[in-house]
Amino acid sequence: MKQELEAIRDRARRELEEAKGQQVLENLRIKYLGKKGELTSILKQMGGLSADERPKIGQLANEIRSFIEEDLVKRATEIKEEEMQKRLEKEKIDVTLPGTRRELGAKHPLSIELDAIKEIFVGMGFEIVEGPEVEYDYYNFEALNIPKDHPARDTQDTFYINDKILLRTQTSPVQVRVMEKQKPPIRIISPGRVYRSDAVDATHSPVFHQIEGLVVDKGITFADLKGTLETFVKRMYGEDSVVRFRPHHFPFTEPSAEVDVQCFNCHGEGCRLCKGEGWIEILGCGMVHPKVLSNCGIDPEVYSGFALGMGLERVVMRKYNIDDLRLFYENDVRFLKQF
Amino acid sequence: MNLSMRWLKEFVTLDEMPIRDFTEAMTMSGSKVEGWEVEGSEIENVIAGKVLSLDKHPDSDHLWITQIAVGSGEPVQIVTGAQNLKVGDVVPVAMNNSSLPGGKKIKKGKLRGVESNGMLCSLGELELTKHDFPYAIEDGIFVLQEDCQLGQPICEALGFNDTKVEFEITSNRPDCFSVIGLAREAAATFDKPLNLHKPVVKAGNGSCKELLDVKVEDTDLCPIYSARVVKNVRVKPSPRWMRERLRAMGVRPINNIVDITNYVMLEYGQPMHSFDIRFIDEGKIRVRRAKDGESITTLDGVERKLTSKNLVIADARKPIAIAGVMGGEYSGIMDDTTAIVFESACFNGASVRTTARDQGMRTDASSRYEKGLDPNNCLPALERACELVELLDAGDVLDDVILDNHSSSERRRIRLDVDWINRFLDLNLNADQMKAILTKLDCEFDGDDILVPTFRPDLEHKADIAEEIARFYGYNKIPGTSLSGGAQGKYSPRQKFNRVINDTMLALGASEIMTYSFISPKYYDKIRMPADSPLRKSLIISNPLGEDSSIMRTTALPSMLEVLSRNYNNRNADACLFELASEYIPTTEDELPTEKTNLIAGMYGNQADYFTAKGMAEQLLERLSVYDYEIEASSEEASFHPGRCAVLRIDGYRLGVIGEIHPKVAENYGIDERIYCFTLDVDLLFQYAKTEKTYVPLPKFPAVTRDLALICDDSIPVLTLEKAIVRGAGNLLENIKLFDVYKGEQIEAGKKSVAFSIVLRSLNDTLTEDRVSGIIKKTIKELEKVGANLRS
Repeated sequence: MKQELEAIRDRARRELEEAKGQQVLENLRIKYLGKKGELTSILKQMGGLSADERPKIGQLANEIRSFIEEDLVKRATEIKEEEMQKRLEKEKIDVTLPGTRRELGAKHPLSIELDAIKEIFVGMGFEIVEGPEVEYDYYNFEALNIPKDHPARDTQDTFYINDKILLRTQTSPVQVRVMEKQKPPIRIISPGRVYRSDAVDATHSPVFHQIEGLVVDKGITFADLKGTLETFVKRMYGEDSVVRFRPHHFPFTEPSAEVDVQCFNCHGEGCRLCKGEGWIEILGCGMVHPKVLSNCGIDPEVYSGFALGMGLERVVMRKYNIDDLRLFYENDVRFLKQF
Repeated sequence: MNLSMRWLKEFVTLDEMPIRDFTEAMTMSGSKVEGWEVEGSEIENVIAGKVLSLDKHPDSDHLWITQIAVGSGEPVQIVTGAQNLKVGDVVPVAMNNSSLPGGKKIKKGKLRGVESNGMLCSLGELELTKHDFPYAIEDGIFVLQEDCQLGQPICEALGFNDTKVEFEITSNRPDCFSVIGLAREAAATFDKPLNLHKPVVKAGNGSCKELLDVKVEDTDLCPIYSARVVKNVRVKPSPRWMRERLRAMGVRPINNIVDITNYVMLEYGQPMHSFDIRFIDEGKIRVRRAKDGESITTLDGVERKLTSKNLVIADARKPIAIAGVMGGEYSGIMDDTTAIVFESACFNGASVRTTARDQGMRTDASSRYEKGLDPNNCLPALERACELVELLDAGDVLDDVILDNHSSSERRRIRLDVDWINRFLDLNLNADQMKAILTKLDCEFDGDDILVPTFRPDLEHKADIAEEIARFYGYNKIPGTSLSGGAQGKYSPRQKFNRVINDTMLALGASEIMTYSFISPKYYDKIRMPADSPLRKSLIISNPLGEDSSIMRTTALPSMLEVLSRNYNNRNADACLFELASEYIPTTEDELPTEKTNLIAGMYGNQADYFTAKGMAEQLLERLSVYDYEIEASSEEASFHPGRCAVLRIDGYRLGVIGEIHPKVAENYGIDERIYCFTLDVDLLFQYAKTEKTYVPLPKFPAVTRDLALICDDSIPVLTLEKAIVRGAGNLLENIKLFDVYKGEQIEAGKKSVAFSIVLRSLNDTLTEDRVSGIIKKTIKELEKVGANLRS
């Protein structure tokens, strides 16, 4: 019996080594260790052994059983590993094939920059206020110190609906509306569409966007205007931007200024981008004219303030080197998807 | 406004400084320089030379071989085609390797085999005209009559040594539209004295009072009118110095009288006019509003109808000039003119502006008057003109000035509020420092009062004074400070809401567009808007750029279709776009329209279909937590496919529409593809969106899923079945998912098979089989009521 047991062990080892696949392994387990398996049937014959031999053979049989069991586990692990290897090999793909894509919408470049500008002002404590695009002449002009027949009306060729109603040429009327309703302190920006009767070309559009800002409080100074705008320019164009304030004229501010930033391209030397001036004009601003404050029911002896305004399209054109304003309103997807 | 630096230096002594330093400093004190140009800077190596000999070219019947003396060295041989030369003429010679205006380079070469070492120049080749050198001819070589040396650079010989500086003058500073005005700014900027000269007229040729009678009838529009008479006018070209200055300022020289009026306008900023006295009927000048029905033919030969809004200069019978705008055709200076009237007057700016605009002719004079001129400048300008007449020997000035003056020469007073200005600007200057700046600008003082010069009507308020102080103190020397006070920046709930819509649409794959708010009324036809639709009533722009942009849109659909069409025509295979678009709904005549925000989305290509559009709308609504809307098929939307369109409603309000664009509309836009659009009323969305959210605990008990395969009439919308399921399954219903709709084999004609997965869950316990089958039974009953039966 001993030889038979050892023969079973050797055969089992051999067959296990050759076994391929989980199913073969399971068959071998049944063949050797199952209820009707070879080892079991041999053990059934143990009754015919002497009392002397029985424990020895019994021990040997147990050893062989655990031996086969160990081999089975070992082989099972090996086979699993082999099968995994095979599967992995089979599943190899060309990882350079293009990825599956979901369509992503593109934000309009004007929106992208407008949001960036809003973000900067919100960070400086400004609220965002919007107002009607179709506006009363009063809010667009008269309240802003531009009476009828004022020459400044010439530079803002206006679309009229009737004598009293027009398409706003600036977003300043929003500021007037805020000043009428709200007592200082006021710290707002008013972004939005404005209209001027300019024929469409590469640099003109009858519809464009402006962002205007207004601060009114006790003790607001020209230095506050400068400090606020310097901060804005640095956030917008980088901390190393060089800014200058140049006297200018707007009917609704006094003193008025235009703000230039040193040309990013030539750093003041003069180049094509800045038309040889070394500076690029980016916005207009000034201390709110006392007449405008009193028009809005705010006492200019008590309060003062500043206002600023800039054109969004120009900011965006400069930022992305866009040379034709019409692209913004043509909305060709090949344009939109670039930003 | 162009400025001749040479002219400027007559009034203010500027040390030699690079032109860039000058322009920079002027810009920073408020007179913005747009650019500058050194005269003749493009001309190089062109000199004065003398024709020594002229010989016919052996192989040409029109070319000449010339030998030109150019001062030092050997004469130069040049071949020319000009026929106006004779030996001894002094001409501009472009030598070998020279440059001419416009970047033209001249090099030696051979003309029909004969060597030519340069070129002889015409006026045009030096960018000059006959007006600059009236003795020269235009088609031929410019034969110089100037006092020059051979070999002298031509720029020197022709007096090209001026620099023109172009200024942007703001509308509040009409005084700076003049050499003297800019000289005053320059003097203040560089802290130099301003040397003005008081014109002196000798006259002494008898009084003009017999000849001329002036009366201003409408003094509201003409505060001052002054005139002088010049007899024995000798019309001829003006001297070179005057022509050079005019040229540098961009004004064409004509003849001495015209040039004098232009010269005075440029120097003083005061427009002048001259009339031939023969054409002033009865020698009477009346400044009055035109009578309705009157007309005048102006200098440009156009007959213009006048109204009582137009101020005119009239004689005893008829208008002879439109005041401040343009003279009549007979009022100009002619060859046989012998006596003229010089007019120097001030007209109401608003009136001139209206007239110039209504008559469609803005002139140099009108653009100055519009901004408001100083009445006290009229007489000095008139005197200057007469002084120049005498200087140029252009005629004999008669005695006396005819004057009708209703203006005041009193200076406006503004109190110098030193403390306020210091606080306003965040400066610390004393009264003397401020006064020093203001004195440079011709302000005078009476105690604490500033007496503002009359040419500065823009100085009205202490804020205006603050600006003058700031300009000359230096804007950039004032520090920058941060705003104090803790203001909180924020977006309004509506602004945040719009941003969520934008971001969600982007995430859903739509790209944002921006379109014009105005459209053509024809676009309503293009989208098949019914003739009686209230949306056809739009705000009309009274002065549109063109019909295409003449009304404010009441719907953004045409704008979207326009953009889709443009993309389609640009051969973009697909497009999926959206806009948060404003729409303008008129109210009453005197009131502003309602500006609505509508979300509009549109798409074609990329396998888009009705359900792509609907899915996008549904997901957006879900993101915004807008749930209680109703959707129903509609064949009434004229812009949409009658069988593929649904209207969304919430609380009875129309929330929007989803559908395929009607093929006829697509055709109108030239799109040969199916287009899908949806719109959602953002104002309504905002009203019904749930912005506050609360946490719902995750379910602790398992869900049970049952599939139901149903048969019903093909005409029954799936929504009807879903509603029946909702009624039947009650509050344990967690989800319904449609997973199959089938028509065809094994299904009776006119019927369809619809299969749903129904998910039931209780939040409190595990659902028992009994309860589930009870619910399913009830559900099937509800389904049967609407005509759907379990598929056997």
